[in-house]
Amino acid sequence: MRENRVIEVKELKVCFRLDKGVVVDAVKGVSFHIDKGETVALVGESGSGKSVTAMSLMRLIENAGGEIVGGDISLRGRSNNVVDIHSQTESAMQDIRGADVSMIFQEPMTSLNPVLPIGFQISEAIMRHQNKSKNKAMKIALETLRLVRVPEPESRLGQYPHNLSGGMRQRVMIAMALCCRPSLMIADEPTTALDVTIQAQILDLMKLLQEEIGMSVLFITHDMAVVAEVADRICVMFQGEIVEQGSVYEIFENPTHGYTRSLLAAVPRLGSMAEKEHPEKFPIDKMKDTFEPGELRG
Amino acid sequence: MNSHETLLTVKDLVTRFDIRSGIFRQVSHRVHAVESASFEIGVGETLALVGESGSGKSTIGRSILQLDMPRSGSVNFCGQELLGLSHKELRPFRKRAQIIFQDPFGSLDPRMTVGRIIAEPIIIHGEAKKDELRERVLSLLERVDLGSEHMSRYPHAFSGGQRQRICIARVLGLNPSLIIADESVAALDVTIQAQVINLLMDLQAEQSISFLFISHDMAVVERIAHRVAVMYAGEIVEIGGRRDIFNNPQHSYTKKLLGSVPVADPRQRRTSRRINIDEIPSVIHPVDYEPVHLPFRHVKDNHYVREEL
Repeated sequence: MRENRVIEVKELKVCFRLDKGVVVDAVKGVSFHIDKGETVALVGESGSGKSVTAMSLMRLIENAGGEIVGGDISLRGRSNNVVDIHSQTESAMQDIRGADVSMIFQEPMTSLNPVLPIGFQISEAIMRHQNKSKNKAMKIALETLRLVRVPEPESRLGQYPHNLSGGMRQRVMIAMALCCRPSLMIADEPTTALDVTIQAQILDLMKLLQEEIGMSVLFITHDMAVVAEVADRICVMFQGEIVEQGSVYEIFENPTHGYTRSLLAAVPRLGSMAEKEHPEKFPIDKMKDTFEPGELRG
Repeated sequence: MNSHETLLTVKDLVTRFDIRSGIFRQVSHRVHAVESASFEIGVGETLALVGESGSGKSTIGRSILQLDMPRSGSVNFCGQELLGLSHKELRPFRKRAQIIFQDPFGSLDPRMTVGRIIAEPIIIHGEAKKDELRERVLSLLERVDLGSEHMSRYPHAFSGGQRQRICIARVLGLNPSLIIADESVAALDVTIQAQVINLLMDLQAEQSISFLFISHDMAVVERIAHRVAVMYAGEIVEIGGRRDIFNNPQHSYTKKLLGSVPVADPRQRRTSRRINIDEIPSVIHPVDYEPVHLPFRHVKDNHYVREEL
């Protein structure tokens, strides 16, 4: 793997085995890489396989009933060693998760434990990965809350998730993800459940933290406007495959694949109607229930 | 706008919810969900109600239909005052004003076939004879681009976009003049969202339906709305034509809201946004609290903005 790469995924294949021998191929040979300090966005609609891909990078997909049936995932950890994720044991993966790669999810309320204080939940990861005492871990937790710009961090340590607003909870999630300074953060729809003003704050914060810490981000979202704000490069997923990848400018200004073009045509763009006197329909074709992959090729 | 005829006039609408506590379950606080909301919707016009979660936009929609009971104010539909009417007196109105909710998974009965779901309101309101019913349902399905083969299927067999189209077909069966669309496209993928919005706009053009389009998505609203009302902590803070609101926002909250919307163009990336962690003030107040309503300032034409402290 090249020196400046944090993760390299080659021909990743993931399937789910259902009853009666039915096999669903959720990810069908996906390849991409992320450089140091880079933000790569994995975009696509629901069911396109973007979350399954992300869960596979953490080897969490096995707990969700999936199976990695092919491909390589190499990750460069914090200490610059390259590990082959696919061949790690579960206990080795537990050392990697949260320390080398961490993940934040869409719904902060369900990913935080409702009966434990915030401070405990952040310091838990620090104690597990950095071998720190309880007091020392609590200090690091406090610093991390400061880092993610939570106001009055001292009093927040003892508060429970239900005491916090959605935006504050997502900050706490980010604090938990960052407390061990991972080289890669996977953010799965991190702002989808938030109001737009809060979303703007969280996106700003993530950008700022990325500069301060110098980590890479895999940003998973269906929202092309958010992608345009944060991504350096984009991988467009459709039915389990990456149909197009390129820099954010290439994808937005010169999309080559039919699916990317239809996706972009359907995105409402603020300001696009500024000169129009009357409302206008989206410039898309008549209703189709799904895109037929055959007619999109070429 | 097809016409300047007014369909719905809402004046000084107030909806509050009681919070009870203590051993006697006395009212200790009230949620001031909607405070002094006034607006009009013309025939064939789309008024978008925008704001963040908790700003009271859904409560306005529900209060118009009296799904939540307003405390005071006036809701006038085609010249008839609706507040104070009995359940029976409201029925003819209920036929003409319909609502589509956000979650098509939750608003369709999983044990009814699609044909039955679409037929139910028509039967309840006595809109069609039995022998016409099948025809009616088929033409409604066709109108939302679903084939007749779907009639005997159950909701679980459909995708999110298809389900939302079933909800639209069900609503269309009563030939409504007003449709309240409460975040109706928010749960859909963008390509499907665009299709459903195009369908709504076609229906408006064909049947002069008025929409109260409740949404948090400013970019969608910019496409569909004729006029826009911005809500903040239970109050409408700015109302006006779409271009007035988007091109010339006056209220500081409208500006903040528009400034927060990500733009789907990497060349317009906003790098200099400040981290600002203001939160919306709470709308829960003690029982004896009397809200102060600042007056509106006229900007121009039909563009009004509430004065700020």
